[in-house]
Amino acid sequence: MLASGIWGESGESLSGAWAAGAGGVITKSIGSEPRPGYSNPTIETYERWGFLNAMGLPNPGIDEYPREVDRARQSGATIFGSIFGRDAEEFASLARRMGSLGVAALELNLSCPHAEGVGTEVGQYPEQVEAITRAVVQAVKIPVIAKITPNTTDPAALAEAAERGGAAAISAINTLRAIAIDIRLRRPTLSHGLGGLSGSAIKPVGLACVWQIFDRVRIPIIGVGGIMCAEDALEYIMAGARAVEVGTAVAFDGIRVFARLASDLDRLLEDLGISRLEDAVGVAHRSLAAN
Amino acid sequence: MRSVVPIVERSLETPSTVTLRFPYPALAAPGQFVMVWIPGDDEVPMSLSYTEDLKGVTIKAMGTTSRHAQELRPGDLLGIRGPYGNVFDVSPKKILIVAGGSGAAVLAPAAERARARGSNVAVALGATTGSELLFDRRFREMGCEMHLATDDGSVGSRGFVTDVAHFLLLERPFDVVWTCGPEVMMVKVCRSAAQRSVPVFCSVERIMKCAMGLCDACALGPLHVCVDGPVFDSRRLVSIPDFGAFKRDASGRHVPH
Repeated sequence: MLASGIWGESGESLSGAWAAGAGGVITKSIGSEPRPGYSNPTIETYERWGFLNAMGLPNPGIDEYPREVDRARQSGATIFGSIFGRDAEEFASLARRMGSLGVAALELNLSCPHAEGVGTEVGQYPEQVEAITRAVVQAVKIPVIAKITPNTTDPAALAEAAERGGAAAISAINTLRAIAIDIRLRRPTLSHGLGGLSGSAIKPVGLACVWQIFDRVRIPIIGVGGIMCAEDALEYIMAGARAVEVGTAVAFDGIRVFARLASDLDRLLEDLGISRLEDAVGVAHRSLAAN
Repeated sequence: MRSVVPIVERSLETPSTVTLRFPYPALAAPGQFVMVWIPGDDEVPMSLSYTEDLKGVTIKAMGTTSRHAQELRPGDLLGIRGPYGNVFDVSPKKILIVAGGSGAAVLAPAAERARARGSNVAVALGATTGSELLFDRRFREMGCEMHLATDDGSVGSRGFVTDVAHFLLLERPFDVVWTCGPEVMMVKVCRSAAQRSVPVFCSVERIMKCAMGLCDACALGPLHVCVDGPVFDSRRLVSIPDFGAFKRDASGRHVPH
């Protein structure tokens, strides 16, 4: 699936990602009000493997966004609506509105690491995660997915909290809190300073979170973080994920990365003698237990 | 990934326009842009007005960031990343350039390459008044045939550069039109050229953040200006309702041009 934050502000881009082979598309995280986000520089590139970004949750707001969802739905896309808010009440209100647009599920952005007052600040605390998830689940009929931050001592505790709140699934992980300093200018390279790290370097961290969460919740996990190729996707699946999201890889391999990943994964499963993807979910845990 | 470079030259091109030159040897061709970070201020896309190792951007005073950029002096530092985007195909033999606003900034280096290959280049250059005609002398010195238009009639024809372009298109055949300027101007140019079945390439501008085709800030219909453009064949643009009508603000909302 197309991860939130990539190609997700415009309905036509969401349609484009669907047409290019994404199994589902997740919208930009939408809030109650339009947000311009932080001023540039908002992104730093690590050559061919990842990014540091502090976009600051720019989005047109829930009043304007329905027209983008409508446009995306015309393509027949399966759409998950991503939302963020300051508290359970705001999340629930947004959930009702996003939920009425014909999206297949909601993904709660509890984990954006660089926005004040939203994201990590609410999403670091299990009680908040549980309360927000419960409020959203009570507000809508569609499945609710909680996207977990890695920027905490016990991400699995957050996943447990979301499960208690009634989440249908967990997405793990969002970006890692990080920063870059320009030594000639003697200042951070991003205007906001701290940002979120994505791409290949965070894959081992994402895998560790999925690994731990798989042991402690029963609901399915969507793995995200540094997936660039079919092998990466299968690694997440063997760690415990049932599906995966891809974001950063779109920058390096283009929007066709989804179709390529899917066909490469088919071939990989065949090479490894795995007849169904479902058979591989969490299989690495069993090997460890057997030793 | 970002280079921090010193400004080595600052030229006042017109009362409202300044060129800053800086060493940045990355290979670039006319049409491409760089993301320019004015430390302590914003980072914005700017088309390259000079594409050789000593690169240049030409900035018209529009808002706080462009005014800040104009205040910089040789020795001041800029953060540069890129170049990004696509290029003008400089192979056609009979080229009509239509430039308004600060559009000449991106079209002048393209004209240079075409002239170096022996192509005929006619330039319809427009401005509010004579002193604002950007790169008039630069175009002339490279051997372009000049057709000037000013709103106040102080230099050249009194009126719109689009009318001058329309007349030139009626008068003789061109292989291609290159245009850059206010979007409503480019829409008119596309219409005039279409009537004569001449292809048009437009250099389009949008708000940019990542400049790498990820964030949707520069989404134009199904396209991203930063990777699918900024140079667009008008045949692609004609089916995009936003072109000439709407752009997105920093939050992604549609706003009229």
